[in-house]
Amino acid sequence: MDRTRSPVSDVLRAATEEILVSITADLDIVEARQRGRGLALQLGYSPMDATLIATAISELARNIVLYAGRGTVALRAVSQDGRRGIRIVACDEGPGIADPALAASGGYSTSGGLGLGLSGVRRLMDEFHVASMRDRGTTVTVTRWKR
Amino acid sequence: MPVPILKQRDYLIASIQAALTDEDLRRLRDGLVAQVGEFRSRGVIVDVTALDVMDSFAARTLRDLAHMTRLRGAETVIVGIQPEVAFAMTQLGLQLEGVAVALDLEEGLAYLDRRARRGPSAGAMPRGRQP
Repeated sequence: MDRTRSPVSDVLRAATEEILVSITADLDIVEARQRGRGLALQLGYSPMDATLIATAISELARNIVLYAGRGTVALRAVSQDGRRGIRIVACDEGPGIADPALAASGGYSTSGGLGLGLSGVRRLMDEFHVASMRDRGTTVTVTRWKR
Repeated sequence: MPVPILKQRDYLIASIQAALTDEDLRRLRDGLVAQVGEFRSRGVIVDVTALDVMDSFAARTLRDLAHMTRLRGAETVIVGIQPEVAFAMTQLGLQLEGVAVALDLEEGLAYLDRRARRGPSAGAMPRGRQP
């Protein structure tokens, strides 16, 4: 069966348009996570998974507000090797993370939080990638596949 | 969206009605800590049934709220954490250490009543009673 021609992928294609949320204030954190929950439910995720995804988006969007002041959160449905999922790209042009690996390993926080920001997000998602350059910005890309 | 705070007997009850911004959460914390003094409250219930997400900021702010009101002589109970939210909190590694939780408003009130009957577990004895 040619997967790219199946009716399922037609439905998916309609849902693959990217949702881009501009993040500049804490109200945008709520907006981003609500859009993420909506997309997850639309893609057929359970309410449990939709809440996990919304929580991860909340953490990523807050990092933007806290560390960079402004940025974007992009949400989209993805399909790869027959799996379907949701991908979140949180992007800013802030100060960058000095040691992304350390920030993602847990117990590390410069904002006085619980130190669970990035490491917590990593635990919520299946794929996790941080790209950061000092004084240039940070891009965090995470994916959760549908079970 | 501000959270309405109701006064019932010796208790303050804050029912979160919708998703809250960080600023709303901070205002709730500071409002409750202030009102514990204003109304001489012995207990605080924060009903989070309608909260869509409990992320690290929300958990930290609620934990701080509970610890701050305790320092003012009032016990705080968080009630109404939904199954999905509890699941996400567990996955995220968030605990509400040292904070009382109960299933719902009714259980929260029962918890505070039991506590009031027992008297304070530490610190000064209630007035008019000898140790």
